[in-house]
Amino acid sequence: MAEGYITHAPGYVLNDGPKIVTSRFVHDDSFTLTRSRATGGYQGLEACLAKSPAEVHDEVREAVLLGRGGAGFPAGTKWGFCPEGVWPRYLVVNGDESEPGTYKDRLLMELDPHQLIEGCLIACYALGLSQCFLYVRGEMALAQERIATALNDAYDAGLVGKNILGTDFSVDVVLHWGAGAYIVGEETALIESLEGNRGMPRLKPPFFPAAIGLYGKPTIVNNVETLSNVPWIISNGAEAYKRHGSESSPGTRMFAVSGHVKRPGVYEVEHGVTTFRDLIYGDNHCQGIRDGHQLKMFIPGGGSAPWFFEEHLDLPLEARPVGAAGSMLGSGAIVIMDDSTDAVQACLRVVRFFARESCGKCTPCREGTTWEEQILRRIYDGHGRPGDIDMLLDVADNISPGPYPVAADESQGLEAVPFPPKQTTICPLGPSSVAPIVSAIRRFRPEFEARIPVRTTIPVSAGQR
Amino acid sequence: MSRLSHQNVELAQEIISRYPIKKSALIPLLHLAQEQDGYVADDAMAHIAELCDVTPAEVVGTCSFYEMFKRHPTGTYLVNVCTNISCMLLGGEELLRHVEDTLGVRHGGTTDDGAFTVEDYECIAACTEAPCLQVNYRYFPRITHDEFDELVADLRAGKRTDIPPHGTLGRVRQHIPAAKLAGVVPPDQVDGAPVWLANSEGEAANG
Ligand SMILES: Cc1cc2nc3c(=O)[nH]c(=O)nc-3n(C[C@H](O)[C@H](O)[C@H](O)COP(=O)(O)O)c2cc1C
Ligand code: SF4
Ligand code: FES
Repeated sequence: MAEGYITHAPGYVLNDGPKIVTSRFVHDDSFTLTRSRATGGYQGLEACLAKSPAEVHDEVREAVLLGRGGAGFPAGTKWGFCPEGVWPRYLVVNGDESEPGTYKDRLLMELDPHQLIEGCLIACYALGLSQCFLYVRGEMALAQERIATALNDAYDAGLVGKNILGTDFSVDVVLHWGAGAYIVGEETALIESLEGNRGMPRLKPPFFPAAIGLYGKPTIVNNVETLSNVPWIISNGAEAYKRHGSESSPGTRMFAVSGHVKRPGVYEVEHGVTTFRDLIYGDNHCQGIRDGHQLKMFIPGGGSAPWFFEEHLDLPLEARPVGAAGSMLGSGAIVIMDDSTDAVQACLRVVRFFARESCGKCTPCREGTTWEEQILRRIYDGHGRPGDIDMLLDVADNISPGPYPVAADESQGLEAVPFPPKQTTICPLGPSSVAPIVSAIRRFRPEFEARIPVRTTIPVSAGQR
Repeated sequence: MSRLSHQNVELAQEIISRYPIKKSALIPLLHLAQEQDGYVADDAMAHIAELCDVTPAEVVGTCSFYEMFKRHPTGTYLVNVCTNISCMLLGGEELLRHVEDTLGVRHGGTTDDGAFTVEDYECIAACTEAPCLQVNYRYFPRITHDEFDELVADLRAGKRTDIPPHGTLGRVRQHIPAAKLAGVVPPDQVDGAPVWLANSEGEAANG
């Protein structure tokens, strides 16, 4: 195994730099209550119980903790959206991690379930949430096992449940698990699924889950990594948190870098200041593209994100500049593709995912993603028709009208279109299928064209003449 | 096959009791049925409908939406090979081909002896560990073709007791002792802020 990896945490690389959410990963028993307690676990909860709920909420708001699930919305602000006087309020933890390229929430659930539970408890205390549901992706058997064990131990120790640590704060944390559907990661689909229904998104606006969520009641949905930051923030204070990272993106953030790099892995790095180049080429991180190859393109924020290229390497890992350049940081999933990669194949593979995972609720997405896949498939197989590239863009335009967010192409004098895209659909899954198409065609159109055969006359046999 | 066993009905009731509305327990209960029989049987769904006070059609509706629920018997070992983008870049497609060749079955199919079912799967959140696969949702990161063949031999020889048969996910279940339960209340029976928040606001108002 290459240097930096830790046997019991597959893919996690212990790089230099501050560690907030992965600090216990070095211990092979990091998931136990004993280890958690011995290394400051539940001290954030104790500190929290000594404050008023409003003070705890203020501390999280002050820390500018950006959501790590995809949209990057500040948690403290979202927490403020519950309408006053409407009870009960619920917390739903999004542990459905399934965006292509994303690998970090699973590590946090498997290796430090107590940190996550502590984060949930603090959120419940601050907002008066009366029950918490921890929704873990169905395919993650070990994460389910570790969280179940952690909850059983925490209940026994009086850290969860009735009269937590002898106070009047009481809340149940319930482990829930899914059954295989990417779309359930979308927050309203997550709520539908938790209600026992098919996981299809609800139309929003006007009503966001914070106002009308689980059972029609105010519901906070937060990502696993988001909540895993909360204990540290309460133990150490928002000021200390803001000493890491940049002003608009404080703290640290986990990134999974996969594909054609020398040391693929999951890295906790300073948010907003580290650049793509540091992460991909730095000795402390992925150590560059594999030998004998050059970078061709990379996905900066999971399968749903438009692609970036060589000229974007010096952008910081920060939402605003990445959005202005035509993509998103999304779920912290960076996929590196070198010059051996077939752009048509990569595009087809990502589009196929969205076609397969479309929930079918709206027509432009259900029909459109299917068409996108079919057209791409025939181009890839060498049966494309001359009008196919434009037809592909046309189908894409039905799902996401107008100029789609895409990186600049200086060689053609084309400017970047900033994120996010417009949509004719209920949720952003449909528009996500357009990202690889527009990215690949803008940059590599000749690769698509070369695949489309030039028509030859149909040979006529001698007898028919 | 069957309705839920007596023991599983008890478990089902414990699971249901953790939700303010019974229907929320549907997915965990469908998993329980799949754990019992290796797939979700029609009778089990009818039984779950009774337990959750919903119609059998609602249970089928939910069940059929989710990929992990198998409505027919599948292999004892479900081999899910990830071919999504990060894995594709590092040999995911080749791994799938190898798995198919080794087991003598195309993806979507089950071997004649009922031991293995192969699936062409989407991203399983191990992208830095490509190529990878899961057997009954247990991970095999950066697996080589030879390692896969060894794994198959071990599974056939019954040496992998750490991998339970298809249907069993986490082997530890959450259990909340009655004395420690904060209390599960249907949403329409809650009126007012929880006590710690009300107390704190009271203090703030008094102070
Ligand atoms: C199609 C789709 C899939 C998503 N999948 C996930 C996911 O697997 N995990 C996640 O945390 N958020 C996912 N999200 C984002 C959630 O809708 C939501 O914004 C997030 O969980 C909020 O948590 P945060 O504010 O802490 O980031 C997804 C969104 C969409 C549109
Ligand atoms: S955009 Fe696609 S996934 Fe989203 S609600 Fe519509 S059909 Fe479903
Ligand atoms: S792409 Fe294979 S695990 Fe994510």
